[in-house]
Amino acid sequence: MTNDAFETPDLLLALPEIWMLTMACVVLVVDLFSNDREHGPAYWLTQVTLVVGVVITITTQWGVDATTFSGTYVADSLGVILKTAILVLAFLGFAYSRDYLRDRGLLKGEFYMLGLFAVLGMMVTVSAGNLLSLYLGVELMSLSLYALVAFDRDSVRGSEAAMKYFVLGALASGMLLYGMSMLYGVTGSLDLGQITAAAAELDDRRFLFLFGLVFMMVGVAFKFGAVPFHMWVPDVYQGAPTPVTLVIATASKVAAVGLFFRLIGEGLLPLLESWQHMVVLLAVLSLLVGNTIALVQTNIKRMLAYSTFNHIGFIFMGFVAGTGEGYGAAVFYAVTYAFTVAAAFGVIMLLARKGFEADHIEDLKGLNERSPLFAFVMLILMVSLTGIPGTVGFYAKWMVLKSVVEAGFVWLAVLAVIGAVVGAFYYLRLVRYCYFDKPEGEGPQPSGSGGFRAVLAVNGLLILGLGIFPGALVAVCMAAFG
Amino acid sequence: MIELSDYLVLGAILFALGMAGIFLNRKNAIVLLMSIELILLAVNFNFIAFSTFMGDLAGQVFVFFILTVAAAESAIGLAILVVLFRNKQSINVADLDSMKG
Repeated sequence: MTNDAFETPDLLLALPEIWMLTMACVVLVVDLFSNDREHGPAYWLTQVTLVVGVVITITTQWGVDATTFSGTYVADSLGVILKTAILVLAFLGFAYSRDYLRDRGLLKGEFYMLGLFAVLGMMVTVSAGNLLSLYLGVELMSLSLYALVAFDRDSVRGSEAAMKYFVLGALASGMLLYGMSMLYGVTGSLDLGQITAAAAELDDRRFLFLFGLVFMMVGVAFKFGAVPFHMWVPDVYQGAPTPVTLVIATASKVAAVGLFFRLIGEGLLPLLESWQHMVVLLAVLSLLVGNTIALVQTNIKRMLAYSTFNHIGFIFMGFVAGTGEGYGAAVFYAVTYAFTVAAAFGVIMLLARKGFEADHIEDLKGLNERSPLFAFVMLILMVSLTGIPGTVGFYAKWMVLKSVVEAGFVWLAVLAVIGAVVGAFYYLRLVRYCYFDKPEGEGPQPSGSGGFRAVLAVNGLLILGLGIFPGALVAVCMAAFG
Repeated sequence: MIELSDYLVLGAILFALGMAGIFLNRKNAIVLLMSIELILLAVNFNFIAFSTFMGDLAGQVFVFFILTVAAAESAIGLAILVVLFRNKQSINVADLDSMKG
């Protein structure tokens, strides 16, 4: 943008991000001056911030399609869906984490501040209209998450996971940037709209452009954790404190979907033929590796990490078609998957006690005898992740498969269905432990405050409700690509 | 006269050196941080070369942002390294193996 006169940007359009930034700073200061050992003011202020953030996002940006800050910020319906999901997932993460953190002496104000900044980074990523704002959003998210993974300072696994996450995450950012520099060199612009226009009429510079595209695809796949760029995922899931794992497994995946759309799905749509094969390859590898290795895991967090690849494969399959329907299906899949997994990590945190992580599959034995409600929640979650008809996971898989078949990749759909059947084994094994095994020793002991239990139960029932009435959310996701 | 392609080749060599540093290094975690820096600087080199040859300032503005973020990134990386050393008494990359499966 080379405007001679300085134009005051429309600040109101970016109100959700401005609100989050302001409140993150307020939380920092309030926590500094509060004497509460439980950091109650910071916690409640954070939750209020997230809820108000949802309201602001929906009221100011739904149905809008406008840019501000010289085109670096985009407000549209897709952004509203992803940002709302990110905010609500962060709300769940903070709501589930309180007892877990208190038991481990991790209840500190910085947790909330870093969490809010990670959320802000995700929101900026999702709303980026320029390579610069995209990069800054991704980095704000990643840097906050690196620090959060290492939040348990005395944990050997935590610090090791943080080191791996940091090195591979920084490598991914480097790849992404290298690709961006090539795009800038070919098109002469950092604006995604202008890059899209330039991509439609490439001639002799096509090679350099595709060279950059490959690097960006690798960078995005790293951020997703898609195979073969997945090495960090299992270790980070296992090593990080469970609340942080929850955020990485849910909100950051939703943000990665936004990153893909802004950069490749929308930004480089004219080059669909060139990146389609790469996405297919990533989807196939993710489906194969995820399902086979998840079968032999005995740690629930590690199992959820490997099974994530299966779901990332499905999300990538939604991207393959390059149509509005496929994109809508991918967004629906990502959002519903994120809420399902958030509740699964919630159950793990519910069972965790001081000095006990409850992250082994055997730790779930006999959950039904100790707490029928949360055994039922776990049942809903696992059945939905498997994709049995009548659950929300089934609708999501069905929509994605439909778009892939329409794009002419029938073999890919067949492979994905086989993968889902294999997935049934390790998901339903957890259900078996919950319902048909006797507890060993004391067995699982649900702890946690009343509020935590209530939110977790609502989250589980939400998944059940979405399975029965998926229509509204489907319509919302499709409307964003109308 | 040094051409644009010369700068790009230098950028690519620096980038490849950074990559090789991350994947070949089995000894010292600090070398990983240095390799990451090298990768980011290679990208800066590309941006400045393109920006100069096209007469467009946006690329150089981008470089300022990358430099700032890289500083924050190394601060966090070194902080994690300190925590790691406190817990393991070692920054040997080959020792980062407590989680398997």
